[in-house]
Amino acid sequence: MIPASFTYKRARSVDEALELMAEGGDEAKYLAGGQSLLPLMKLRLAVPETLIDVGRLGELSYIRDEGGHISVGALTSHHHLASSELLMRDVPLMAHAAGQVGDPQIRHSGTIGGSLAHADPAADLPAVVLALDATLVAQGPTGTREIAARDFFVDLFETALRPGELLTEIRVPKPDQVGWSFQKFTKRAIDWAIVGVAMQGGNVALVNMAQTPVRAGGVEHALSSGSDPAAAASHAAEATNPADDLNATSGYRKHLARVLVRRAIDEARSRS
Amino acid sequence: MEVTVTVNGTQVAADVADRTLLVHFLREQANLTATKVGCDTSSCGACTVLLDGQSVKSCTVLAAQADGRSVTTVEGLATGPDEFHAVQRAFQAEHGLQCGFCTPGMVMAAVSLLKENAAPTEDEVRSALEGNLCRCTGYHNIVRAVLAAAGERVAQ
Repeated sequence: MIPASFTYKRARSVDEALELMAEGGDEAKYLAGGQSLLPLMKLRLAVPETLIDVGRLGELSYIRDEGGHISVGALTSHHHLASSELLMRDVPLMAHAAGQVGDPQIRHSGTIGGSLAHADPAADLPAVVLALDATLVAQGPTGTREIAARDFFVDLFETALRPGELLTEIRVPKPDQVGWSFQKFTKRAIDWAIVGVAMQGGNVALVNMAQTPVRAGGVEHALSSGSDPAAAASHAAEATNPADDLNATSGYRKHLARVLVRRAIDEARSRS
Repeated sequence: MEVTVTVNGTQVAADVADRTLLVHFLREQANLTATKVGCDTSSCGACTVLLDGQSVKSCTVLAAQADGRSVTTVEGLATGPDEFHAVQRAFQAEHGLQCGFCTPGMVMAAVSLLKENAAPTEDEVRSALEGNLCRCTGYHNIVRAVLAAAGERVAQ
């Protein structure tokens, strides 16, 4: 399969990318690593008229220690995240989860910004930035703005990015509570998570339990009220709306969420 | 659009449709057909090549994304007619193939792994090959081959 016809344009700077997007309008899309977008285009589930390749913008590929937080350029590959000594030391949840995305080939090409902007509820990194209370930085025609991860994921494949905006940076606060866990349940190694859990301290985010990644508020509240792990985990599926699909029923996903959150709590405590 | 890719050290230039995938560029413009189109959904890894030294699935990369960059296919590993790469020799010695369809991708995934981790454990080899499927299920010998190739590199 090859994608439907489109016009390819390569941006040499962020400013040029924004200009090309302004010209392309509603039918243009940014291309980062292409590991989510190109498969969708091959299936005709996405049919953009123009692709604006931002993949060569090396200025957006970095991981920097900024004191209280770590700044990650949006075009940093999963491979770089997973092998970053800085992340392994200060935000191991992000390094570890990035190493669980897809397979090595996909991790060499795929980028954190591409994954977040694509906003697949089954993807790993959206739940990770949600659990870490990260701040996402977007640059658009009218300037730069910051979006809390909690406000970023709006609906299925829909984010708070406005037309023309480009996600440029992810700011991850260094966690106060160091215990963390990442749980991903798949049938085969490279599959998307049937259900996943990203946990940092008392923050718990769920993969594939709704149209967007969601925080497990019931679990967090129970943990902060002193509940034991089993009691806290029993709240994992509250206020979720998981899909019924070929991989699992909605009911099975709710069961998995409770099991995986329990494992996450135990593992995070063992690391704190 | 005009796309120029350095494939196995040789520049290949062609005017191709913007939507051309790298795997088709390699097979049809560079006339290098060892790289296979398997699942065509970035699952099976039969199309694995190195792009600037790192493994990628060439069915999920546009030729345009590789413009101006370097690609290595399995045809580019040997340094002479009988001068196979250590990974190729190991696949031969350990019988790391049955039908051979997945082999070019397996070899390239292994080469990429050994660049990043010269002495992987068996578990690390298995994890590193998670993006490559062998429908003959010849995984045991493939893993042995990669471990043997790593040993050879360490010995060198």
